[in-house]
Amino acid sequence: MTGAGGPPTAEPGFGRRHRKEDQRFIRGRGLYVDDVRLPGMLYGAVLRSPYPHARIIAVDTIAAQAHPKVKAVITGETLAGLNLAWMPTLSGDTQAVLATDKVRFQGQEVAFVVAEDRYSARDALELIVVDYEPLPAVADARRALDPGAPLIRDDQPGRTTNHIFDWEAGDARRADEVFRDAEVTVAQDMLYPRVHPAPLETCGAVADFDRVAGKLTIWATTQAPHAHRTLYAMVTGVPEHKIRVISPDIGGGFGNKVPIYPGYVCAIAGSMITGQPVKWMEDRSENLMSTSFARDFHMRGELAASRDGRIRAVRVTVLADHGAFNGTAQPSKFPAGFFSVFTGSYDLEAAYCQVTGVYTNKAPGGVAYSCSFRITEAVYLVERMVDLLALELDLDPAELRLRNLLRPEQFPYTCQTGWVYDSGDYPRTLRLAMDLAGYEGLRKEQQAERERGHLMGIGVSFFTEAVGAGPRKHMDILGFGMADGVELRVHPTGTAVLRISVQTQGQGHETTFAQIVAEELGIPADDVEVVHGDTDQTPFGLGTYGSRSTPVSGAATAIVARKVRERARAVASAMLEVDPADLDWERGRWYVRGDPDQGRTIAEIALAAHSDLELPDGVEGQLDATCVYNPPNLTYPCGAYICVVDVDPGTGKVRVRRFIAVDDCGVRINPMIVEGQVHGGLADGIGMALMELIAFDGDGNCLGGSFMDYLLPTSLECPSWELGETVTPSPHHPIGAKGVGESATVGSPPAVVNAVIDALRPYGVRHADMPLTPAQVWRAIQGRPLRTDLAIGPE
Amino acid sequence: MTIRVAVSVNGTEYVREVEPRLLLIHFIRDDLGLTGSHWGCDTSNCGSCVMWLDGRPVKSCTLLAAMADGRAVRTVEGLERNGKLDPVQQGFIECHGLQCGFCTSGMLMTARWLLDHHPDPDEAQIREVISGQVCRCTGYENIVRSVRWAAEHEGASRMAEDGPA
Repeated sequence: MTGAGGPPTAEPGFGRRHRKEDQRFIRGRGLYVDDVRLPGMLYGAVLRSPYPHARIIAVDTIAAQAHPKVKAVITGETLAGLNLAWMPTLSGDTQAVLATDKVRFQGQEVAFVVAEDRYSARDALELIVVDYEPLPAVADARRALDPGAPLIRDDQPGRTTNHIFDWEAGDARRADEVFRDAEVTVAQDMLYPRVHPAPLETCGAVADFDRVAGKLTIWATTQAPHAHRTLYAMVTGVPEHKIRVISPDIGGGFGNKVPIYPGYVCAIAGSMITGQPVKWMEDRSENLMSTSFARDFHMRGELAASRDGRIRAVRVTVLADHGAFNGTAQPSKFPAGFFSVFTGSYDLEAAYCQVTGVYTNKAPGGVAYSCSFRITEAVYLVERMVDLLALELDLDPAELRLRNLLRPEQFPYTCQTGWVYDSGDYPRTLRLAMDLAGYEGLRKEQQAERERGHLMGIGVSFFTEAVGAGPRKHMDILGFGMADGVELRVHPTGTAVLRISVQTQGQGHETTFAQIVAEELGIPADDVEVVHGDTDQTPFGLGTYGSRSTPVSGAATAIVARKVRERARAVASAMLEVDPADLDWERGRWYVRGDPDQGRTIAEIALAAHSDLELPDGVEGQLDATCVYNPPNLTYPCGAYICVVDVDPGTGKVRVRRFIAVDDCGVRINPMIVEGQVHGGLADGIGMALMELIAFDGDGNCLGGSFMDYLLPTSLECPSWELGETVTPSPHHPIGAKGVGESATVGSPPAVVNAVIDALRPYGVRHADMPLTPAQVWRAIQGRPLRTDLAIGPE
Repeated sequence: MTIRVAVSVNGTEYVREVEPRLLLIHFIRDDLGLTGSHWGCDTSNCGSCVMWLDGRPVKSCTLLAAMADGRAVRTVEGLERNGKLDPVQQGFIECHGLQCGFCTSGMLMTARWLLDHHPDPDEAQIREVISGQVCRCTGYENIVRSVRWAAEHEGASRMAEDGPA
């Protein structure tokens, strides 16, 4: 008996809990797209362009079609006949499914072969002869707007340049005024180079078009199954109720699996043409060379400050390389994503940024890789600039941040670009990181190391994230508001099924979302089945990216559970023959106020709700509810990161010795999962800062097309992470959670780079662009850092 | 042209006629239907395809099925014995050593091999032995802890499996 005299309260929902999904994965019983095998299934393969820019004179498929195991050869012309040669992108542009007129990047899709097995499909690609007329290519975004630059998108009538958009935020005049009378200013050009999410599972699909039923079923690697279903309906003409998208287990996404890729559409076309299921899985080179890359932001940042270290204003100009098709996956009113939070975590007088987007002869994309819609770039910019200011003022970079961080009493805080930060205690978060690091001791150790000629560096970064897109009034993708649906049904015996629209790629939704129901209703998490990844089984919603699952669908889940709880109250009142207003709730149970022994558990209520019990007027039988959650604002997680590195001056090799990360993501539903999310993002940061790069040569050839060239961090590059936490709940989220999936990826790269530049201080190095490979560090020591995005030598 | 391959996989004998060029990973996944091992890169970098060949972890994306003829393969499906999880499987659950699950089977096979040969590895040894495999989700920390958990629970687990000595 509890103190109140009733039965024990059900186990709490929140807390560390093993993941439900692990049981199948550790047995090798996951079901990924490439594990799907249907009767009569055929295999597709894509022929890709070897040229970054070339006119297609002719495509000869005769020999390929004669291959004994080939069932179909599809070209741009075939698709044009089906009105499928071009498709809309998530940014309102169009993208070629299979090229008809020109190829516009190396690796672009030119033809599709459907054959009886994987190897034969590949063999037949070799039999297709394409006559190309090579054209000059634009690989360098900084040359894309030059007069006389080759015109990439001549498919668009009236277009004369490679310019896509201009976008600005903040107040240019005010920023200029502050800069004019500032005591100190610093400026720096910096590149956030092109990187790739590179999930271990590449992209792929199995399309199965049932000609009799007119139904199209697509198993696909998608983070947004509902959005894909709608787009397929718009593209293929198959009615939406006759399309079922199944996103089974996904082997990592990180934003790579948000867009629709030509291969998916080709698989659909292949199934429609052959009448059999068609599987298409890209290989690693195809993944790296043709699917959604990230970043490629050429930035110039400026800070204005007072001599005593008060940061007053920030100005930024950006050249954004979007590749050959504008296919960024982000809310449509935000062509530079959420770069608006380049104001960072500081109380400024003014801010202004201007972003120009351009086409180049490179793969399309730009918004991916756990970037929170370009907040990675914004945080990197401002956190590098703060370090440059610290260098200029000869102030400790942590001290400079402490002087300028927003104070807790300033929340909710409207930043200079108009975004309303919901909550946070920034100074406490940074101080905790400094305590965990032993910051003062590290600085002393660094001094001693320098005197011995050793290069030790300490890097600090502080980030504010803006996640959980988003309020539908402001945020949509292709016109679809970013609100997400959820359905909860309690079965007669008291177990439940929760149907969600978001799509896990490893984040553990089956566990976390069950825990939210457990917390709100008292049904044990093990008794809540979470259904996701099947558009025939789940309500509409825009999917998982931008750290939006917990802020949006997590909120929807809490609210739907509360709706069910209120329905249960009405049923309980009928069971107990008391007024609903006289009932009180404790987790899992309604009871009579003042008489705690008189109560009914959710399981008892569920059974009664399905029984012949006479219910009050207006109360429906059964126990279920739906909810579509429209977030009132974004949530704003924050964090303070400290990285300690040692640099070998002879080789330029960087070793990350320690990494301390304090995250504030609001209320933590399952701390074990939260910490796992942070760990993964920190590894991403080391990868981006030190290793990962999709570079091009001057002719537009991709130099990062395999894992031999695109280097990912292993267990040897990563230290043992040291984590801490602060918790300031989001005031507008029903359970105070903020989302955490991308925080560490956003916050860690500047900490690593700041640490390396700090280590190189004896050489007078102010900046060097990522990735800080041994070659790049060595060049920085020589005073000649490289431009990393192009293999064309130093500028 | 095809070639005859006779191979023992997780203790079961299979005989198949295959193309000489067929990769071992595709043979195991597509021909035998054991999809617990994954394909990730083609270049031996990622290790999603790690399985055992005659008791040693190998990257099956760069071996031919024909090279397994007359030999013994063990995959993730062969870890669980008599309905009881291997300690490395339990360790990955206990310590959140996986997220998307794609690298997990390869990591488990390497971990099992490590503990068979070095029952009490320290963190550096664990990091060294898994360094040929990539995980994009966990940042490796919890994989290391998972293997340590398994090392610390091997004895208890074996006792339970074999009964009291």
